[in-house]
Amino acid sequence: MRLTQGTFSFLPDLTDDQIRAQIEYCLEQGWAMSIEYTDDPHPRNTYWEMHGNPMFDLHDAAGVMVELVDARATFPRHYIKVNAFDSTKGIESLRLSFIVHRPDPEPGFTLERHEVEGRHIRYTVRSYATDRPQGERYP
Amino acid sequence: MTDTAAELDLDGALAETRVEELLTTLDTELVGLVPVKTRIREIAALLLIEKLRAQAALSAGPPSLHMSFTGNPGTGKTTVALRMAEILHRLGYVRKGHLVAVTRDDLVGQYIGHTAPKTKEVLKRAMGGVLFIDEAYFLYRPENERDYGQEAIEILLQVMENQRDDLVVILAGYKDRMGRFFASNPGMSSRIAHHVDFPDYAPEELEAIAGLMLGSMQYRLSADAERAFADYIARRRSQPNFANARSIRNALDRARLRQANRLVARRGSTLSRDDLMTIEADDILISRVFNEDADEARAPVGS
Repeated sequence: MRLTQGTFSFLPDLTDDQIRAQIEYCLEQGWAMSIEYTDDPHPRNTYWEMHGNPMFDLHDAAGVMVELVDARATFPRHYIKVNAFDSTKGIESLRLSFIVHRPDPEPGFTLERHEVEGRHIRYTVRSYATDRPQGERYP
Repeated sequence: MTDTAAELDLDGALAETRVEELLTTLDTELVGLVPVKTRIREIAALLLIEKLRAQAALSAGPPSLHMSFTGNPGTGKTTVALRMAEILHRLGYVRKGHLVAVTRDDLVGQYIGHTAPKTKEVLKRAMGGVLFIDEAYFLYRPENERDYGQEAIEILLQVMENQRDDLVVILAGYKDRMGRFFASNPGMSSRIAHHVDFPDYAPEELEAIAGLMLGSMQYRLSADAERAFADYIARRRSQPNFANARSIRNALDRARLRQANRLVARRGSTLSRDDLMTIEADDILISRVFNEDADEARAPVGS
């Protein structure tokens, strides 16, 4: 099942040139870039692991692409995303965040039904990836 | 037929990059430095031809552009590096054309595992532009084999080799120490295509530089002051710690200070625009350079 999160989530995966162009745009806006990865792709998991330090004061996308190549080599079976943080006063949050790498195959999610009082049903989504402990989720 | 086409092409390429204009300002704004300017012209010509060759589908691979600037302090290495960044940008060899100037402190960490991220961060900041490493020989400290500088050099070398399209590295420093640095790091030396040496300025060139500096600050020297300043340059040059153009700038800054003091002392009389602009001989002659001389002259008499 294909994970759809963040900006461009319903487009086909961006090529490296397209990623580079997006990063160029972010840098032109003066946003700080960072790369994050996770093996727990639940939509509510907003705390992904950071890969390296956030990158401030870059002028060219090449710097982020170097880190991205490195991240892909280190975590070939994780989800990796690129974030752009806008530090302007009053905004101070992510402006753009998109997935740039996904494991193959993607584990997908299961819908769990909880039967509660009066035969009410509560639904919850759980990633198959989290069946196994952290670090062993993508064999 | 093909000849004319090529000719037109060259003119077109020149006009398009507007690099000629930049080289002309380099000539007018930088006094002296003839070997440096010749070298920059050569590099610019090579890059331009390389671009035309690429258009004609003749490939020689991207030229290596890493450089080393050697020379005494104040000979204009940083200034030329700034211009170089702009020239390379106009010719399309670096994408953004900014200059990131760093020294050992910005590259080398303080404990194990600190150096690599620090160096990489600087390299990432410089990508798309020019990385200027001032006093690069401090990176290598042979007396301490556990020095982290070596790690920074290795990362630097790797990026210089693999990402030639992404950034240009310029190493700068004193000539003899750079020579020793290259001798002990042959990998570095062989990756640098252009070694440019910055000669010291002649006294007349220093005077011309002073003229340019004063012009940009909207001051001028009176006729007496000009003679005094020529004398000052001659004396200052023979003293230790002479830093070429930088010493001239400092001398002028001090002269401005004294001129201001002199004008304030004249309270009561009116000041003209001319007074505000002119530096008199007295403003220069008070300098320590002349006093020390006088002290030395007096010393034997006293003893």
